[in-house]
Amino acid sequence: MKRSWLSAAVLAVGLLLSPHAARAGQALIAVAANFTAPVQEIGKAFTAKTGHTVEFSFGATGKLYTQITQGAPFDAFFAADDKRPLKAEQEGYGVPGSSFTYAVGKLVLWSKTPGLVDAKGEVLKKGAFAKIAIANPKTAPYGAAAVETMTKLGVFDALKPKVVEGNNISQTHQFVASGAAELGFVAFSQVALDPTGSRWPVPQEFYTPIHQDVVLLKKGAANPVASTFLDFMKSPEALAVLKKYGYGAL
Amino acid sequence: MWETVGLTVKLAATSTTLLLLLGTPLAWWLARSRHWAKEVVATVIALPLVLPPTVLGFYLLVAMAPGGPLNAMLKPFGIASLAFTFPGLVVGSVVYSLPFVVNPIRNAFEAFGDRPMEAAATLRARPFDAFVTVALPLASPGILTGAILGFAHTVGEFGVVLMIGGNIPGQTKVLSMTVLDYVETLDWAPAHLLSGMMLGFSFCVILTMTVLEKRLRRHLR
Repeated sequence: MKRSWLSAAVLAVGLLLSPHAARAGQALIAVAANFTAPVQEIGKAFTAKTGHTVEFSFGATGKLYTQITQGAPFDAFFAADDKRPLKAEQEGYGVPGSSFTYAVGKLVLWSKTPGLVDAKGEVLKKGAFAKIAIANPKTAPYGAAAVETMTKLGVFDALKPKVVEGNNISQTHQFVASGAAELGFVAFSQVALDPTGSRWPVPQEFYTPIHQDVVLLKKGAANPVASTFLDFMKSPEALAVLKKYGYGAL
Repeated sequence: MWETVGLTVKLAATSTTLLLLLGTPLAWWLARSRHWAKEVVATVIALPLVLPPTVLGFYLLVAMAPGGPLNAMLKPFGIASLAFTFPGLVVGSVVYSLPFVVNPIRNAFEAFGDRPMEAAATLRARPFDAFVTVALPLASPGILTGAILGFAHTVGEFGVVLMIGGNIPGQTKVLSMTVLDYVETLDWAPAHLLSGMMLGFSFCVILTMTVLEKRLRRHLR
């Protein structure tokens, strides 16, 4: 009797540790805040298809990069620009030649208030608002694109006292969505599925295209789940999600 | 970079002044009153000790947004919006640091008991006179501790500022935010300088507080 209990226990432990459990791997991936919603959707599709799970850590591109240089345990890095993935390769944090552009980001001027933002962005010239939110231009590429747009329109100096900075594009979106700031420059993807409010999708000639690159990090080089997930980014399933959120293709 | 140091000191000084003006009578009431609700009030004041700054910052942001309840109250005084402004940070800091000021002062008031106030009353001092000439001097070590803690805690504030500040140079971009900016852009020389200063400052604050409090207590005895 005792022995059969023992063998059952051994069998159970064996099952838990068996190839079935070992086959489903895991990857931890750093993701720029603007890509939060799409990557979660893509992650779900990836898990459904492969059985592997991916965990995400979201933040401003600059913040994530700093963490990576300090040994953060990420397998891959989805940036909101193409500079930092390249830098990661050059400085030895990334796998050389592994980076590629996974999406082209679009900037939008958005307000929760219907009618506040007109179809040509004239609201910026009128300046009839108290606060305009942007992401920190030093660490978030969408913030830099916002500054570029306002500079090109010749309104940046006039608007400077009204500018408030979110720590990343998610906080910027939250500032506008909560009404704490009347309007703000956010990522198109953040409001793509939200029909409310008013918006001006900023035309491409106002800012340098936001090429968002991904890079496989040294820590993820030995993790097949990480490289499989990067390959999955080029699959029709992933591309459909990108399109849904309004990202441009390269 | 020095702008941010100046702004931080200004925020801490303004908040500490308000904290003492608000905290001292509050602490007195908490120490002396027999009102049934006093421990409820004390608990509300102590909440920032336990709440994550993000939770506090979230509520403050909602309250301070245009159309929020706090702004509605302030509209008659000509203040349009508190979020992302220096006065907004002051309000946030006062809420956030209140327990650090009220608790030591309350303890000091409770420590000397009823006797000195009764003695002052028999000498025909009016309650307010007795408060100023007897209670305040007796509680001075606690008040000093409260002031120093309130000041230091405001200087070291980060989470609430991150939530309601908006990182505006000269208005809400305080020291802790500036350090974050430098670290995240890998600009480590100024990050080290500011962080080193903060380390030295914090060490001095705690040491000074301990020494001064001991001296004051000895003096009062």
